[in-house]
Amino acid sequence: MTVQKTDVVIVGGGLMGSAAAFFLRRRGQSVILLERDQIGQYASGVNFGNVRRQGRFLGQLALANRSWALWKRLPELIDDDLEFIPSGHMRVCYREDEIAELEAYAAAPEAAQLDLRIYRGAELLQRFGFLGPDVKGGSYAPHDGHANPRLAAPAFARAATRLGARIEERTEVADVQKVGGDFHVTTTDGRQFQSAQLLITAGAWGQKLSAQFGEPVPLDTHGPQMAVTEPVPYALPTVIGVYTKIPEEVIYFRQIPRGNIVIGGGYRSKPDMLNRRAYVEPRSILNQVSQMRRLLPGVGNLNIIRVWSGIEGYLPDSLPVMGPSGTVDGLFYAFGFCGHGFQLGPGVGDVMAELLSTGSTSTPIAPFSITRFALPA
Amino acid sequence: MATARVVIVGAGPAGVRCAETLLAAGIKPILIDENRRDGGQIYRRQPEGFTRDYATLYGREAAKAQDLHQSFDRLREAIDYRPDTLVWNLTPGQLCCVSQGRHRTVDYDALILCTGATDRLMPIEGWHLAGTYSLGGAQIALKNQAVSIGHRVVFMGSGPLLYLVASQYVKAGAEVAAVLDTSPLSLRLKALPKLLARPGVLFTGIKLLAQLYRAKVAVHLGIKPLQVLGDASQGVMGVRFTTGSGRTATVQADAVALGYHLRPETQLGDLAGCAMAFDQASSQWWLATDDAGRTSVKGVYAAGDGAKIRGADAAEHAGRLVALALLEDLQQPVSSALRDGHQQALAVMDQFRLGLAQAFPWPSEQAKALPDSAIVCRCEMISAGELRRTVNEKGACEVNRAKAFSRVGMGRCQGRYCAHAGAEVIAAAAGVQVQEVGRQRGQAPVKPLSMLIEEVAP
Repeated sequence: MTVQKTDVVIVGGGLMGSAAAFFLRRRGQSVILLERDQIGQYASGVNFGNVRRQGRFLGQLALANRSWALWKRLPELIDDDLEFIPSGHMRVCYREDEIAELEAYAAAPEAAQLDLRIYRGAELLQRFGFLGPDVKGGSYAPHDGHANPRLAAPAFARAATRLGARIEERTEVADVQKVGGDFHVTTTDGRQFQSAQLLITAGAWGQKLSAQFGEPVPLDTHGPQMAVTEPVPYALPTVIGVYTKIPEEVIYFRQIPRGNIVIGGGYRSKPDMLNRRAYVEPRSILNQVSQMRRLLPGVGNLNIIRVWSGIEGYLPDSLPVMGPSGTVDGLFYAFGFCGHGFQLGPGVGDVMAELLSTGSTSTPIAPFSITRFALPA
Repeated sequence: MATARVVIVGAGPAGVRCAETLLAAGIKPILIDENRRDGGQIYRRQPEGFTRDYATLYGREAAKAQDLHQSFDRLREAIDYRPDTLVWNLTPGQLCCVSQGRHRTVDYDALILCTGATDRLMPIEGWHLAGTYSLGGAQIALKNQAVSIGHRVVFMGSGPLLYLVASQYVKAGAEVAAVLDTSPLSLRLKALPKLLARPGVLFTGIKLLAQLYRAKVAVHLGIKPLQVLGDASQGVMGVRFTTGSGRTATVQADAVALGYHLRPETQLGDLAGCAMAFDQASSQWWLATDDAGRTSVKGVYAAGDGAKIRGADAAEHAGRLVALALLEDLQQPVSSALRDGHQQALAVMDQFRLGLAQAFPWPSEQAKALPDSAIVCRCEMISAGELRRTVNEKGACEVNRAKAFSRVGMGRCQGRYCAHAGAEVIAAAAGVQVQEVGRQRGQAPVKPLSMLIEEVAP
């Protein structure tokens, strides 16, 4: 059996791995991406589709800004339309004291590029009068928006392939070892790959691989809960989400130009990791229905026509694992994006490509280092 | 386990016979039905206040319809019957139900799916025009509300329902412009040995045909559908097709009823995690069950056309048989003679089913010939060309992938009307067998769920 050699092996073909493959090829690295199932199948293809910066951890905004700049260039960058619409994002709240928190976020220096504007009172009513009376205020991000998650990772993978990357779907990694200076990867069907660098972008399965290199992380898995209504005339271009500390109040929606309203938020389900299938919990949908009627009373006239879920990886501090390994040279991670990785995808791919190719990155990613979970020696 | 909570979904021939058998054994089932009245699709009861008699409504099946309705009427007070109730989702041991805007959960230990079937459709250029109905839809309009789908109706497709509904329209006084069957006479002759498994039913079919000829309805065999004619403002104006002898012909009409036999309603079984199997004879996926109706999931059973398309008579047997299987699983004594009797009857009907599949085959070749401009997914208005592009340009050779890229199957019908044809288009474009492209995974809700629902206690 011949060993296939490459500069970088990427394990995991979600948006992070696909985008990294694309940007690595642009930097001239040879890349083989191994995906156990299909590109973008679990978290990347099933999420809400928020291309949202506001509300993120402030230390993540530099990365989000870098990604946003790439989203803006996307059709020409990858020669594919991901239905990205920078239509604005409105983060609303139900309590007066929460407006102060939105104001504080908007005033943070890290958030300067977002051009956030706080709405309340008459202004709120004038522009967002279609929202329910419980909405007391909101923070409007004019440059944020939404895109179609089903298309994103496959489009990046195709673009990477056009640049010469090899994408191997239905290829499961059985064993990874570092022998001398190289990583030796064996798949369940017996193929062997060898590379100087290894990038783990395996999402909810990322920690299985990091643990093999002595870097376990407390990753938990959840299934997002998504629903979509039948199409109605396109009238709500702004993505709207609720800012709250009460889990069941978390709800967000976006209308796509063909008319359907996509809804997410609320309770999450426990995925079936054995069969790699996540279901939507009926109570999540019932909760979404009542929360949506509170947020957007007119929605009561619509029907939900489909619900879906997927498998996402979460870490206790709600931050991803991203950056170099703390123990093994040439090993890198980008996984566990805690349900908010979609907007970051292109930026993560770009940053990881920069990091693998040059040894450093101009975008701060220290808060996401896997070493934060290292056990004291 | 005398207190087992048994829930039957569907009050058609299978569900009613199942409930009857369980009640006789001392189990009081909950019978949930989406319809406002019992009888299912085939023995659909007209709304209260309508006065058509059994012969008018059910023709040669009047006695069977009456018997099923009477059986149900005797059961009704003894069981927990919940009509007008949609089971939109389930979790292990619990159904999610909506009735008149109220949402309730129903717990179960055993679930028997008697969910019936809907039309199996193959697209044709122009079938999205107003006035194109499924055969089943055309029949419901007549049976339920005594209305025709148009002034002058073309029936097109293949299968027994094509002739049955056309003759029902003739009998009701509607103008039937033509009956256009894609299957040629030669296949019917080839299938004759299998069809002779049920000579009585075969004879009924021949009589239907004779009735159409007597009414001077043009019946064309071995046709190829080309196009539903019309435009957005007028809707359907006719049908263009190639005759069996290869000539192009046109029939004027303001409505088309279209269908190619039936497909089982498997969403609840799919959501319950039941294994599916590909049936070669009819070229479709359905629930994998044993001879008695046990699915791969313990406590979940299926019977009738929702499990296997064998028609109403088979559904009555299957409903009784699945009840016996459940009783056995509950360690209750079951007459083996009774069980064997149903199984033997079903074996004969299975033979007949294979004959029908041979005589009136699913026209998979039409998917290949479908012009790029033809709509495949009517809910989302996705054309065959768009679907083919996802295969050819994006490498989506699996139906769920093609759905993600193209939206075929994402609309209101959730693939119930487009998934079969979509899979054929994908398979033809990818150059593989249709079973190799997989099947669309079921997603809740089973039918659209109103956002006005209010939760109430079980």
